[in-house]
Amino acid sequence: MTESGKARPVPPERLRRILNGTLLGQGNEIPDYEALFPGNPQAKAPLYEAVSLYRSKRIVPFDVPGHKQGRGNPDLRAFLGEDCLTVDVNSMKMVDNLIHPTSVIREAEVLAAQAFRAADAFFMVNGTSSAIQGMIMSSLNPGDELILPRNVHRSVINSLILARGTPVYVNPGVHTGLGIPLGMSPAEVAQTIREHPRAKAVLVNHPTYYGVCSNLKEITRLAHEAGMRVLVDEAHGTHFHFSPDLPVSAMEAGADMAAVSLHKTGGSLTQSSLLLLGEGVRSDAGYIRQIVNLSQTTSASYLLMVSLDLTRRLLALKGREIYDRVIKLANYARSEINQIGGYDAFSNEKTDGDAFYEFDLTKLSVHTRSIGLAGIEVHDLLRDEYDIQVEFGDLGNFLAIISVGDRAVVIERLIAALVEILERYGKEPSGLLANEYVKPIVEMTPAEAFYAKTDLLPLLAAEGRIAAESIMCYPPGIPILAPGEKVTKDVIDYIEYARAKGSLLTGTEDDKVEYLHVVRL
Amino acid sequence: MAKELWFAEYHDDNTRLGMRVTRELVAMQSEFQAIEIFETPTFGRVLTLDGLVMLTEKDEFIYHDMIIHVPMAVHPKVQNVLLIGGGDGGSLRELCRYPEIEQIDMVEIDSEVVNQCRRFLPQVAAAYDDPRLNLIFADGLKFVRHNTDKYDLIVIDSTDPFGPGESLFTKEFYGNCHRALRADGILVNQHESPYYPADAEEARLIYQRLTATFPLVRVYQAHIPCYPSGHWLFGFASKRWDPLQDFDAERWNARGLYTRYYNTDLHTGCFQLPTYVKELLESGVE
Repeated sequence: MTESGKARPVPPERLRRILNGTLLGQGNEIPDYEALFPGNPQAKAPLYEAVSLYRSKRIVPFDVPGHKQGRGNPDLRAFLGEDCLTVDVNSMKMVDNLIHPTSVIREAEVLAAQAFRAADAFFMVNGTSSAIQGMIMSSLNPGDELILPRNVHRSVINSLILARGTPVYVNPGVHTGLGIPLGMSPAEVAQTIREHPRAKAVLVNHPTYYGVCSNLKEITRLAHEAGMRVLVDEAHGTHFHFSPDLPVSAMEAGADMAAVSLHKTGGSLTQSSLLLLGEGVRSDAGYIRQIVNLSQTTSASYLLMVSLDLTRRLLALKGREIYDRVIKLANYARSEINQIGGYDAFSNEKTDGDAFYEFDLTKLSVHTRSIGLAGIEVHDLLRDEYDIQVEFGDLGNFLAIISVGDRAVVIERLIAALVEILERYGKEPSGLLANEYVKPIVEMTPAEAFYAKTDLLPLLAAEGRIAAESIMCYPPGIPILAPGEKVTKDVIDYIEYARAKGSLLTGTEDDKVEYLHVVRL
Repeated sequence: MAKELWFAEYHDDNTRLGMRVTRELVAMQSEFQAIEIFETPTFGRVLTLDGLVMLTEKDEFIYHDMIIHVPMAVHPKVQNVLLIGGGDGGSLRELCRYPEIEQIDMVEIDSEVVNQCRRFLPQVAAAYDDPRLNLIFADGLKFVRHNTDKYDLIVIDSTDPFGPGESLFTKEFYGNCHRALRADGILVNQHESPYYPADAEEARLIYQRLTATFPLVRVYQAHIPCYPSGHWLFGFASKRWDPLQDFDAERWNARGLYTRYYNTDLHTGCFQLPTYVKELLESGVE
């Protein structure tokens, strides 16, 4: 508290106040983990250490990037800080190379594999979408079939276009009360496997955006019995690896590959991600790396990669403690929100042992229809009136992500704001959009349709043709059409019904989704 | 000569207030914040939270007079009071001078502030033994959410909107307070300073949020030497009573309370704001 004699850019007391109350309660310095966890190999962060060493050596850069440790771009340096720009470096001997890692990146990947109990792990810097691409493109040859639930992320459909694969859809159940798509029922997966015995892999969302998990162990057993790979979109399930109170993780369930968005709920920088390999594909690691390198940047960001290394270390050493707290916060929020009246902050009680096998307790999914407001309306009110941003809202629900960075004080704010919203804006309950699953008729592969010559037709005139683009509908967050699928009367009726009910329609080149590109006859 | 020890309080990025320190009494990190109490030749003992001055022995009477006596001179009969924050005990001390108050629920998030102030600032933390006090260590926002139509007066004696006090400056909090107040209840709060830009922006937001919640909001001011810029605001948000029209000077003077800063002439004057402050506050309101 003595006068330092020199003005600092960020007054330490302000900084302390900002940091105060975060989950870790730690100051502005990285602890000495090797002293705190003696003998634990996870206490190391080899890539972080190498990049720090690079910085301390004050090397003169006659290589890219051209900002030269920030000197060439004072505006960016002022915005991001000098510390950040001095480690925005390019691949070089000291810091390894993601395309062909042999030293510190490789060591960091091996530690990540151990932390996630995987046979191998690849750092990904093109988002989890690139990990999804890696899984699908390394498992399918052109024309091969992939069994997948209908409510997949768009990156899965896009990967099928690149892999020239054929989708075989399984109907995700829809929860009638909540109006949300669920997971896959093992019985349906078994049936689909029987009907498509030559499919190469089964893809599973684990969890869905809403926190719904399928019976991954059983689905893995069924797929492996039929000689198929299990590919897991675990984008929203990083934390499963670090808590026994959460659904089984992909690697624990015996899956062959998993795409893990470390940035979503783990705390690394946006766009950084992991591709995990299970025992089943250990021997294919070289081929998978080659597939990943097809579309991976050759200038991988060290900011992203160091964030993966530091996050892996933190979760490996303290993940249990961190997610215990996250679960406590989410459970507390649910119980308080359910006491307000009207809102339904649902949890385990909705599981059914089938397509809703397990629930991710860290997802604060709240059903809002009984207060007469759509989830998206509550989402908008929280943002516009209370400066609270939740992840998304659909017709019946909104989702708040509770994660490593949350604090009790902001949970209280969310609860208090929901009390206010009910009081000030609540209305009589209204009916929910009834979701009927329209079974897709796949006429050609997404790639064939995507690359075909097309006609642009009014939607109503497209009946009987083959779609060349997707139509997504929120809710329920399931594609109604994907490239290669037949435009039936049922599909058109569903789109018009969803539109009339206020669903958000997206995916076509035409913003209003009134016109559709179809494959030219 | 021994090296002098100085405390430099942050006012803005390029401005600090320095006080020479002769002795440090408390320097600790509680679950919520850094708590320090030290002695200075000019201001006596000083309490800081996260490096920011909360009070000094020499001028604390100004803040506590103004946050308590202004609403108490307006509301005709305050029986139930909710005091949020105020762990130093100064606001409680002033409240306890009113015999008609039957219960004071005091909700402070940090028990260590109370402990340390009782030990080292006994003249401020003077009323903790009053039988009407119901002291609760909890989050203010959470506490107020569970109360409806209960209080005549809510006093928000908080730190700044960064750190443990952040939720006490939000629209949802004011909304929950509105519900916890009776039909003629009053809320007063620490309303930040209008001078330094970062503080002024907070003051603007507080006013905007209060006016979105309460039918009647007025801002008043005091001169507090140890606070950034020395010019401090208080918010008066009310469901019915107007701080000037419903103010009864004779009634308050008949109580015979001696106050070193507050008086009934000042009561009227403190609501007369400088032009730039009026402009600042109105700039955020439709």
